[in-house]
Amino acid sequence: MRIGVVTFPGSNSDVDSLNALTVAGVEAVTLWHESADLGGVSAIVLPGGFSYGDYLRAGVIARFSPVMRSVKDFAASGGYVLGICNGFQVLAESGLVPGALLRNRSLRFAGRLINIRPERLDSPFTRAATGATLRVPVAHGEGCYFADDATLDQLEHDGQVLFRYVHDDGTPALDPDDPANPNGSLRAIAGVCNEAGNVAGLMPHPERMSEGILGSDGGMQLIRSLVESAAEWEAAGRPSPKAKTQVEAAR
Amino acid sequence: MSEFRYAVNVLPKPGILDPQGRAVEQSLPHLNVTTVSRVRVGRRVELTVTDDSEAGARAVVDGLARELLSNPLIEVYAIELLQGTSSAVSPKAPAR
Repeated sequence: MRIGVVTFPGSNSDVDSLNALTVAGVEAVTLWHESADLGGVSAIVLPGGFSYGDYLRAGVIARFSPVMRSVKDFAASGGYVLGICNGFQVLAESGLVPGALLRNRSLRFAGRLINIRPERLDSPFTRAATGATLRVPVAHGEGCYFADDATLDQLEHDGQVLFRYVHDDGTPALDPDDPANPNGSLRAIAGVCNEAGNVAGLMPHPERMSEGILGSDGGMQLIRSLVESAAEWEAAGRPSPKAKTQVEAAR
Repeated sequence: MSEFRYAVNVLPKPGILDPQGRAVEQSLPHLNVTTVSRVRVGRRVELTVTDDSEAGARAVVDGLARELLSNPLIEVYAIELLQGTSSAVSPKAPAR
């Protein structure tokens, strides 16, 4: 099985993502931003970095690249897409996941290890997670998750909040000025998914915690989740999101 | 066809935290300025559109402002028709 990692001009975590996928045992291939050809991949990772120099707003220029038109179609057809850091910003700017990423509340670039915890373990992006707190790096200047209150309520109600920033004891860092919340995200949201549940984004970097030699392989819980979900989707004959709902309804 | 020059002023939506504005505001006491408040920092984009009419040109700018130059979730924008080539001239610029 092949999983693609998009390289935009300015991507810098694409190689880390390729490595993490390789560690997970899949064939990881680079997808070039100027090509609309996804090469038959079973899932897509939009990696971290500073696509197109983060000009105008982080992620917005990438939205109009040829590869993103294909990624949009792929997502609409039910394929799994994971956006990490800048990839999350690209997904948000593209409207593929709800909300926006604002300038960090501190105005400082946040580059350090933080704690996140998956909110649920039954999602395609967390199914291989243990539920324990994960210690993973963040490296961003615009990661403050924002949506209006009604949207935030809806996201929580629908289980679309996948990760929150938490303290060492696992409690969420809800106060935006809490240092455990590295960017001031509302409701300590570190990652969300779309309504259909097949597109997700998060600011922290699980792919940079892919092997013990890097400090921890805890991030592999999320990478393996993506791989398992993609394999299942492939084995089921690439069902569309609608068909999936019908399958679930038929159960 | 005529050329129309516009400025698109993009600002954070009212009520949305603007850390840049806050940082500017916090620097004011160092300048002994105490009469300034509610600083908001945005972005100004100037561009020229070639079109038959001002209305047509404005529609193009409006589309761009909504799609690309601003993010409607977090920002508002206002379009301004400019006279001449640019508004970016300091009032005290020395005459040539």
